[in-house]
Amino acid sequence: MTAEPRADTDGRWVGARVPRREDRRLLTGHGRFVDDLAGPGVRHAAFVRSPVAAGRIAALDVSEVPAGVEVFDAARLAAGDLAAVLDRPEFVAMTMPVLARDRVCHVGDPVALVVADDPYAAEDAAEAVAVEYEPGDPVAGLDAALARHAPRVHPHAVVNTVLDVRPFDDPAFGTGADDDPFAGADHVVEVSVRSARVNAVPLEARAVRAEWNASDEQLVVHVSSQVPHQVRTAVARAAGLPEHRVRVVVPDVGGGFGLKCVVGREEVAVAVAALRSRRPVAWAEDRREQLTASFHGHEQVHDLRAAVTADGTLLALDADIRCDVGAYSVFPFTHGVEPLMAAHELPGVYRVPRYRVRARAVATHKAPTAPYRGVSRPQIVLAMERLMARIAATVGLDPVEVRRRNLIDRFPWSGVNAITYDAGSYRESLDRCEAVLRDEGWYARREEAARAGRHVGIGFACFNERTGYGTGAFAARGMDVVPGPDLAEARMDPSGTVLVTSGTLGHGQGHETTLAQVAADQLGLHPDRVRVRQGDTDLVPHGWGTFASRSAVVGGAAVQGAAAGLAAKVRRIAAHLLEAAPEDVELVDGRAVVRGTVVGMPVAEVARMALHQAHRLPPGTEPGLTVGATFDVEGSGTFSNATHGVVCELEAGTGAVRLLRYLVVEDCGVVINPQIVDGQVRGGVAQGVAAALYEAVHYDADGNPTSASLMDYLVPTAHEVPRVDVEHLETPCAFSRTGAKGMGEGGTIGAPAAVLDAVNDALRGTGVALDAVPVRPQDVAAALRREPTHREAVR
Amino acid sequence: MKDLHLITLSVNGTEHELVVESRRTLADVLRHDLGYTGTHLGCEHGICGACTVLVDDAPVRACLVFGVQADGRSVRTVEGLADPDGELSDLQQAFSRCHGLQCGFCTPGFLMLAEAFLAECPEPTEDEVREVVAANLCRCTGYQGIVEAIKQTADQRAGARGGAAADRGARA
Repeated sequence: MTAEPRADTDGRWVGARVPRREDRRLLTGHGRFVDDLAGPGVRHAAFVRSPVAAGRIAALDVSEVPAGVEVFDAARLAAGDLAAVLDRPEFVAMTMPVLARDRVCHVGDPVALVVADDPYAAEDAAEAVAVEYEPGDPVAGLDAALARHAPRVHPHAVVNTVLDVRPFDDPAFGTGADDDPFAGADHVVEVSVRSARVNAVPLEARAVRAEWNASDEQLVVHVSSQVPHQVRTAVARAAGLPEHRVRVVVPDVGGGFGLKCVVGREEVAVAVAALRSRRPVAWAEDRREQLTASFHGHEQVHDLRAAVTADGTLLALDADIRCDVGAYSVFPFTHGVEPLMAAHELPGVYRVPRYRVRARAVATHKAPTAPYRGVSRPQIVLAMERLMARIAATVGLDPVEVRRRNLIDRFPWSGVNAITYDAGSYRESLDRCEAVLRDEGWYARREEAARAGRHVGIGFACFNERTGYGTGAFAARGMDVVPGPDLAEARMDPSGTVLVTSGTLGHGQGHETTLAQVAADQLGLHPDRVRVRQGDTDLVPHGWGTFASRSAVVGGAAVQGAAAGLAAKVRRIAAHLLEAAPEDVELVDGRAVVRGTVVGMPVAEVARMALHQAHRLPPGTEPGLTVGATFDVEGSGTFSNATHGVVCELEAGTGAVRLLRYLVVEDCGVVINPQIVDGQVRGGVAQGVAAALYEAVHYDADGNPTSASLMDYLVPTAHEVPRVDVEHLETPCAFSRTGAKGMGEGGTIGAPAAVLDAVNDALRGTGVALDAVPVRPQDVAAALRREPTHREAVR
Repeated sequence: MKDLHLITLSVNGTEHELVVESRRTLADVLRHDLGYTGTHLGCEHGICGACTVLVDDAPVRACLVFGVQADGRSVRTVEGLADPDGELSDLQQAFSRCHGLQCGFCTPGFLMLAEAFLAECPEPTEDEVREVVAANLCRCTGYQGIVEAIKQTADQRAGARGGAAADRGARA
């Protein structure tokens, strides 16, 4: 680790396997996570949470609380609500109180906050707060919430449907007229696909430490978050402070996966409690709270109906999508994030000539949902891939061939969903993935296994991933707080080293390494001489943090812009000092040299003169070596793509699914650091495999969470997660400056569909098709016990 | 009434004497009383293994052990792995080389688990490594880099031992 490799890509650092700068501190125990910062003298918070899913708070009695403990209920904290709304008529607000005032809407809803001298005493005190509830009638599932006369989660909403959009319609559908594609189609194929509610489970649960700094007159909030500036906005609003009186600092973050790209009630409550009490207050979420009262996601049902020709070509798609979004809308993304994403992006990599969709967000008495890695893309890919399999079975063709016939094969492609897809390698990635599995003999082994009475299946999933959403895309949703652009600064100090700030927020993705690589290329410096800082709202002018695979595209482009601007200024100054023309000066290996000559000087010397001897600057040059740049994505943005190929074997007795081979052929444009890209893909696949086979947040019919520990919520181990091989294709992004496309979520997006496809392939001949994740062992075992009723036409 | 105990604890070779409540976990003693914050808490119910430390050289979930139970014992934490001069151990270097960490939160637990495992089983197969790695949870990496790092460390050490043996043989 001491010796770094030379750039192995035409002298550039982008593309090189640069070891991560983050690793040393994390490997030696010197990482700084929020709970590591508690320190002496800090007070500790614990939350009193609702034990009922629905009800009214009748009384709150603090008489048994020990002396020295402060108790904040909603009135005493006076932190108001976290309001996250969309400005569109189909949207019904579900404002999330920082502490519940009169009603509770899910088990775990925070009702009061206690602050004590140590965390043990705080938990004791929380138990001593006696709350009396008048229980109401809960609705704990999509069907229950949509039933006629269902109890309502929010009295002000007429029904539990809190967003109901039909962004794409086709009036001919269902008319039976000549232009109704379903009327004349060779086949109408239907499929209903379900995916369970899941939890991102970052190993570091949420955490916050807040303190009023009387010297700076600032509320300083250390928080484990993906979106520091959004936390600042939410805390400032709740505390009634102008934003400059709040400083949010995000140190190391132990995983986020989307769960930390929204602002939690607890973060705000603890910050306001610290302000009110003028004492430092810390809170570290425990795993039970994290599993039951943070944020969930991905609980969706997709009913698809497709008109297809006899050769398996899609003519039209009609979709009805329901998302169980829980009890509240999350700041800033709102409860519209899943249904809107699903409705707009469902067609994915396939040519869908005509399209109608209805998508609903449905409120239930369950924990609120937030973006979780992939946001609806795992579900739409699952739905579309199940549809492809069903079409193949219906028309009697190989499912890979059916996919090929329907894949978008010309770029840019303007879809029926008003999205323009930039160039990708949809067809090539599928062809390559299938060819590799075939060459490795998996098809032959599948047949051998069948002859021996074993159940081996091969599955695929083809998908794209829109990355780097710009302001326009978020504004179109009607968001109030509209994410989009990013801002970077590059500043050089007198020793010629560079500090880059970025509005993104690495939390495992290695931004300190990759963004340094991007800047190093522009400045002709070794990445060791570029330090990347993120996550401090007093240091970083503004930013939207890290989510939706935006950091490489948006953050990377902003950093490249800032570094290029700084490099231009350094060249200009060096040219003046070297008596050359600026266009003849280049920055190479830490030196400014006149091209084609040996004349030059160290960049450090240019920096020293520029900052310490400003009188030597070229006439008219502004002093200073700090340059900022912004970047935003216009239009539909950029799409990375991949095909996942999976081989699985089913165990007849137990119904267990064993993954024998996992291959990803992916295309994220220019790869900034291959090791980091592979790591992102593998980690994503692990979470996708988890959703496919193991993980589900369970509630009983009364809304009681029954998966409240890691004994019940099954995060897979090294025993379940397979080795994943990754191959790269490269279709550069035309506008992201670096050529990179985002890829942080792809692994999670493709895996559930690919695994489910493989499971169904292994079940061929049983007459059973499984269309829900996670695949339950009892369903597999039951399917394998059945006598074969008919052979599926294809498989 | 707090039930307090005076205990002594050796952490990475440094002796500590302190007063702890009987219910205080070893993890909290290490993190908050003694400042060894490299040991992380991921679940506090013994599943994730992020808090794994070595007590008398055996891996232990520090969230499931009370501080008083470690009285008089010798504890090793992630802070004790690198050389005092800062050079990373072969295992730590392998984790970085193999991209066995992303967010790094679970990493100290895996390092301590691997440290004990390799001491007990110096020449494991990849399957044996995978089985041990399955004791802990990682949410970022998909485990592949962790398995590779531990296997590579074992292979390197075996190579070094073989080399040393060969040297001894040559000298003799």
